[in-house]
Amino acid sequence: MNKENIVELKNISVSFDGEKILDSINLDIKDKEFITFLGPSGCGKTTTLRLIAGFLEPDEGEIIFENKKINDVPAYKRQVNTIFQRYALFPHLNVYENIAFGLRVKKLKEKEISQKVEEMLKLVNLTGLEKRSISTLSGGQQQRVAIARAIANHPKVLLLDEPLAALDLKLRKDMQKELKNIQQQLGITFIFVTHDQEEALTMSDRVIVMDNGKIQQIGTPQDIYNEPENAFVADFIGESNIVDGKMLKDFYVEFSGSRFDCLDKGFEKNELVDVVVRPEDVDIVPVGQGQLVGVVTSVAFLGVHYEIIVDIGGFKWMIQTTDEHFVDDKVGLYIEPDAIHIMKKSEYSGLYGDYSTFSEEMYEMNEMAEENAE
Amino acid sequence: MNTTFGKRLLNVPCLVWSSIFIIVPLFIVLYYTFSDGKGGFTLDNIYELGLYKDVFITSIIYALVATFICLILSYPFAYFLTKISPNSQKMMVLLVMLPMWMNLLIKTYSWTVILDNNGVLNRILNMLGFDSVKFMGTPGAVILGMVYDFIPYMILPIYTTISKIDKSYLEAAADLGSNSFSKIKRVVLPLSLPGVLSGITMVFVPSISTFYISQKLGNGMILLAGDIIETQFKIPNYPLGASMSLVLMIFIIISIAVMNKFGDNDKGGIMI
Repeated sequence: MNKENIVELKNISVSFDGEKILDSINLDIKDKEFITFLGPSGCGKTTTLRLIAGFLEPDEGEIIFENKKINDVPAYKRQVNTIFQRYALFPHLNVYENIAFGLRVKKLKEKEISQKVEEMLKLVNLTGLEKRSISTLSGGQQQRVAIARAIANHPKVLLLDEPLAALDLKLRKDMQKELKNIQQQLGITFIFVTHDQEEALTMSDRVIVMDNGKIQQIGTPQDIYNEPENAFVADFIGESNIVDGKMLKDFYVEFSGSRFDCLDKGFEKNELVDVVVRPEDVDIVPVGQGQLVGVVTSVAFLGVHYEIIVDIGGFKWMIQTTDEHFVDDKVGLYIEPDAIHIMKKSEYSGLYGDYSTFSEEMYEMNEMAEENAE
Repeated sequence: MNTTFGKRLLNVPCLVWSSIFIIVPLFIVLYYTFSDGKGGFTLDNIYELGLYKDVFITSIIYALVATFICLILSYPFAYFLTKISPNSQKMMVLLVMLPMWMNLLIKTYSWTVILDNNGVLNRILNMLGFDSVKFMGTPGAVILGMVYDFIPYMILPIYTTISKIDKSYLEAAADLGSNSFSKIKRVVLPLSLPGVLSGITMVFVPSISTFYISQKLGNGMILLAGDIIETQFKIPNYPLGASMSLVLMIFIIISIAVMNKFGDNDKGGIMI
C-alpha cells in the first residue's frame, strides 16, 4: 500500500459473453496526477474507467480507493465523478439545475448551492447562461456544463471518457488547455480516456497505452514516445519505422543489412529484436555518406515538412525531411545512435511499421473509421 | 402527371373518408344541439343540460378515480418491466396488449360472469365459508371495469417513455450521488412525464364517455354521461343527446389541451 496512490487496480479481469475485455490489469494512480488511458476502440480503456466509476464490477481483482477496497461500493457512494462521452446532461433541467444536481442530492442549503453553481459557471466561463436549456447550447458549452456539473461535487478523482471527441479540432485544442488548467487549479486527479495520441501526449503526466484488454506500456509521454516497449506502442504513438534487427552485442545492432551503434544494452548476444526509428530522426545524405541506400518512391508535402517513402531493400521507410526530394531519387540515409530504439520481440512484431501499403488516403480513411467507431 | 399532383391524389381517399365519417357527423351533432326538432333554432337543449349536472360530475369523478388507479398500478409495473430481460419484456408487453385485441363488450361482459351474485367470485367465497357479497351495481365494480379495460393504454405509453430514457442519464445521476430512489425521483419520473400525460389522456377520455361498463357492471344503478346520451338517442331525443355529446366533447378537448400544456417543456413524448 502506498499513501501516494489514490486508485489502485489489482489483477482486474472483466469478460462479456465469454470475451475477455480486461486481462489482469495492474495499475497505481497517484494523487493529483493527470493520467490518460490511450488505445484504439475496444482496447478496454472505457471499461477500466467504468470500473473505477462503479458502473461495472470486475470478474476478478480488486479496486482500491485511498487504500480501501471499493469493489462493493455502489457508484453513488464513490468520491469520483464522471464526464461522459456524450455528456449525459439532463434534458429536463436547465444549466443551473444540471450543475446543482449533485448538490441537491446532497441536500445542501439553497444559498450554498447557488454560490457553488455561480463559482462553477465562472470557472468554466459560462456565467449568464444559468437559465438556458441544455438543447440550446453548443457542443462546447455542453462540454463546459458537464465539467461544471462533475467538479461541483468536489470529487477526489475526475473520470473523463473521451470528453473532447465530439468537438471540432480548434475547440478541442482550446479545451485541452482549459482542462489541464482546471486540473492544476483544483489539484485533483484526472483519469482521462482517449484514442487520440496527440491529446494524450500534450495533456498527461503519465500515459497508459492499452490494447486487447492489456496494458502495453505505462510511462510519461516522453517515455512512451522515445522508448516504446513494443511494436504496437511504437506504431500507435506517432509514426515509426519498425524493422527486424539482430543485437550483435551491447550498443551494437544489425538491421537492413548494415550495422549501427546504438544506446541500448541488456540483450542476449545475437538476440532478434524489433528496431524503431522515428521518421524525423533519419537524415538524408548523399549516397556515399549514408549507412543505408534507398530509392524514393513517393513524396508528400505537409507544410512543415515533406513526408517521403524510401524503399530500402524492399522495406518502405517513412522519412520526414525539410528538403525537397523527387520520386526515383537514390538517397543515402544516416541514423544517429540515439535515434535507434531497440525493443524485445512481442506478439506485435511484424504487424506494424512498414509503409509499403501507406497512402494519404488510406491514412485518412482509417482515422475516420476510428472516430466513427467511438 | 407531376408528383405533387400525384401525392395530392393519394390524400383524397383519406380526406373523403374523414369528411364523411368525422367532419359531417360533427356538424350533425352541432345542428341537433341547437335544433328544436322541427327545424327551428333553440338554446333549450343547452338549458336542459342543467338537469344532468350531477351525472356529469359523477362521470368526471369516476373517470378521475379510474385514471388515478390506472396510473398508480401502471407506473411501477411499467418501471419494473424496463428492468427485466429484453425477451421477458417482449413477452410481457404482448400480454399487456392481448386484452386490447379483444372486444370491449366481451371483456366487460365476462366480468359480469365473475362478479354476479351467483358468479365465480361469490361461489369461491361460499366454498370458503363466506357469505355472498353484492359486487354488481356497486361503484367499485364500475371502476374495476374501467381500470381493467383501459389500463393497457396507461401501461404502454409509460413503458415506452421509460425504456427510451438513455441509460447514461441514470449513470450520470448515480455518478452525482443519487441512490435508486433519488434516481427515480429526479431523472426517471420527470423524463417519463410525457408518457404519463398521454397515458392519463388515453385512459381518462374513454372512461368519461363509457356507457357499456356502467350499464353492465353498474346494473343500471350508476348513471354516467354516456348512459344518458345513449338513452336520449334510443328514445329518440336527438337534440338533447347531441347537446350532451357536444358538452362531453368540449370537456375532453379541454382536458387534452391541459395535458398537452403540461407536457410542453418535454419534447419527443407520445402525445395525442
